[in-house]
Amino acid sequence: MQYQSQAVAKPYFIAAIGLFVGQILFGLIMGYQYVVGDFLFPEIPFNVARMVHTNLLIVWLLFGFMGATHYLIPEEAETELFSPKLGLITFWVFLVAGALTIVGYLMVPYATLAAMTGNDLLPTMGREFLEQPLITKVGIVIVVLTFLFNISMTVLKGRKTSISLVLLVGLWGLAIFFLFSFYNPSNLVLDKYFWWWTVHLWVEGVWELILGAMLAFVLIKVTGVDREVIEKWLYVIIAMTLITGIIGTGHHYFWIGTPEYWQWFGSVFSALEPIPFFMMTVFAFNMVNRRRREHPNKAATLWALGTGVMAFLGAGVWGFLHTLAPVNFFTHGTQITAAHGHMAFYGAYVMVNLAMISYAMPMMRGRTANSAAAQTMEMWSFWLMTVSIVFITLFLTAAGILQVWLQRMGTTPMSFMAAQDQIMVFYWLREITGFVFLLGLVLYIWSFFCKKGEAQTAA
Amino acid sequence: MSETFTKAMARNIFYGGAVFFFLLFLGLTFDTMQQLPSRDHRENITDSVVRGKHIWETRNCIGCHTLMGEGAYFAPELGNVYVRRGGPFIKAWIQSQPTGVPGRRQMPNFNLNEQELDDMVAFLKWTSEVNTNKWPPNIEG
Ligand code: HEM
Ligand code: HEM
Ligand SMILES: [Fe+2]
Repeated sequence: MQYQSQAVAKPYFIAAIGLFVGQILFGLIMGYQYVVGDFLFPEIPFNVARMVHTNLLIVWLLFGFMGATHYLIPEEAETELFSPKLGLITFWVFLVAGALTIVGYLMVPYATLAAMTGNDLLPTMGREFLEQPLITKVGIVIVVLTFLFNISMTVLKGRKTSISLVLLVGLWGLAIFFLFSFYNPSNLVLDKYFWWWTVHLWVEGVWELILGAMLAFVLIKVTGVDREVIEKWLYVIIAMTLITGIIGTGHHYFWIGTPEYWQWFGSVFSALEPIPFFMMTVFAFNMVNRRRREHPNKAATLWALGTGVMAFLGAGVWGFLHTLAPVNFFTHGTQITAAHGHMAFYGAYVMVNLAMISYAMPMMRGRTANSAAAQTMEMWSFWLMTVSIVFITLFLTAAGILQVWLQRMGTTPMSFMAAQDQIMVFYWLREITGFVFLLGLVLYIWSFFCKKGEAQTAA
Repeated sequence: MSETFTKAMARNIFYGGAVFFFLLFLGLTFDTMQQLPSRDHRENITDSVVRGKHIWETRNCIGCHTLMGEGAYFAPELGNVYVRRGGPFIKAWIQSQPTGVPGRRQMPNFNLNEQELDDMVAFLKWTSEVNTNKWPPNIEG
C-alpha cells in the first residue's frame, strides 16, 4: 500500500462480503420457495425475501465500488485522500442505514413501513429494485454525494489519470441517474419509462464505466503493461458502451405502452451492446499475455480474466439471446430474464469487485500477495462460484424455454401456475446448485483466514 | 491497437459518442412523450386508479408478480388479469388469500376494504387498456 488513507477501503470490502453472504442466503430461501411454495410463509413471504436479496446485492456492489474507489484514487492521484475521516463516516452511515432498511423489510409489514417512513409525502416505494423507504433513498443520495465530494477533491489536488476520470464520470452518473428513483408519476407508463433511466442506464451505462476503470486499474497493477495502452483500450470500450447502451434502453420499451419504433431502435442498438463486453474479454487476455512482470497474486489475475469472460457471457451472450423484439415478445418477463440477470450481475459486477478485493486486500494487510495455499483456496472458490452460476443460468434458461413453450405458444396455452408445475425439476436443480455457490462463497471467506504457507511481501 | 490511433482520439470518440447518443435519446424521449397520451389513455386515470396504483406499490405486489412483463416471476402476469378474470373474480381472489394449500405458493392477505379492492381493480383495468403493441402473446400472460 503506497498511501496510508487507502486503508479506508478495508471496512467497505469487509461489509461488502458480509452483505454478499446475506444476499445468497435469501436467494436460497427464495429458491426453496420456488419448489415448496409455502416455505417460511407467512413469516418471510417471497416478495420480502426478494427485496432483501436484490437490495443486498445492489448495496454490497455499491460498497465494493466505494471501497475500490477509496483504494484506487489515492494511488492514481498520487496523494492521500482529501479526508480519510469523511470516508469512514460515509461508511458507517451507509452501513447503519442499509442494515436498518433490511431490518425494516423483515420486521414490519411493507405497507406499515411505507406509512412510517413518509411514503405518503412522496411515494417512491414498491417498484422493483427501488423498494427502499424514502428516508433510505435520501440517505443514499447524501452518502453518495459526500463520498463524491471527498473523491473529487482528492482527484482535483492530485494527478489526473484517465482511469480516475472515467471512474469519476461513472460514479457521478450513478448518482445522477439514481435521482430518477424519486420520480414516480401515477401514470404507470411514465413511471416505467423513467424507472429504466435508473435501472438500465446504471447496469448498461454508467456502471460499465466503473467496471472498466476498476478492471483497467487491476490489469495495470498485475501485468505492468504501459498505462497509455491500457487507457486507450478503456476509452474505446466505454465509448462503445455508451454509443450502444444509451439508445439500447429501447429494449425495455417494446411492450410497456411506448411507440412501436422502439422495437427497431431497441433491437438494433442493444444487439450491439455485446461489443464492449467482448472487447473487455479481449482486453483482459491481451494485457495478461503482454505482461511485463510476474505478479505473485495469481488469484487477482484469475478474477480479472474471469470478469471479462463472464461479463461477456452473461451480459453479452445471454443479453443478446432475448434482446431482439420478436424474441423478447415471447421471453419478456420469464425465467429467461432471471437467467440473464444472474449471470450478467455475477459476471460483470460481482466478479470485478472480487477482482479488486483480491488485489487490494493483501496489500492492505501488508503483503503483496497471499500465501500459495490461500490463493489456491481462493481459486477453488472462484471455480465453485463461477461454475455454479453457469449452471444456475443454464437451468433457468431451460425452465424459461419450457415456460415460453407451454404458456405462450401453441393453440391451447397453459396457465402460469400449471406451467410452473411442469418445470419444477429445473427449479430443484437450480436450488441444489445454489448450495454449491454458497459453498464457494464460504471457501472464499475462509481463504482470508488461511494460515498455511508464507505470504509474499517482496514487491 | 495501432500507434496511429491515439488515446486522445479514443477519448474524443467517447465524449463525442456519449453526448451525441444521449441527445438522440432525449429527442426520442421527447417524441415518445408526444405520442403517449393516445396510447396510455391518461384521460381515464381517475382518482380511483391513482389510489389503486398506490395500493399496488405499498403492498409490494411487484415482488411476486409481473406487470406488463416487469417484476418478479413467482406469480402470474397481472397487466392483463382484468381481461383474463374480470373485476369480481379479482376482488374475491384477493380476499380469499392465502389459500393455505400445503406446498403451494402462497399470497398474503392484505386486509383491503371494499373501497381499496375497487381501487385495485380500477388500476388493473386501466393498465389492461394501455396499448402494449399486442403483448402478452395470449390471455395467460
Ligand atoms: C452487466 C450488464 C447487465 C446486467 C447487470 C443486466 C441485468 C439485467 C436484469 C437484472 C434484468 C431484469 C430486469 C427486470 O427485473 O425487469 C435485465 C433485463 C434485460 N436485459 Fe440485461 N443486463 C445487462 C446487460 C445486458 C445486455 C448487454 C443486453 C443485450 C444485449 C441485455 C438485455 C436485456 C433485456 C432484453 C432485458 C429484458 C428482459 C425482459 O424482457 O424480460 N442486458 N438485465
Ligand atoms: C446462488 C444462489 C441464488 C439463488 C438460489 C437465487 C435465487 C433467486 C430467485 C428465486 C430470484 C427471484 C426470481 C423471481 O423473481 O421469480 C432471484 C432474483 C435475482 N437474483 Fe438471485 N439467487 C442466487 C444468487 C444470486 C447472485 C449471486 C446474484 C448476483 C450476482 C443474484 C442476483 C439476482 C437478481 C439481479 C435478481 C432479480 C432478477 C430479475 O429481476 O430478473 N442472485 N434470485
Ligand atoms: Fe437493459
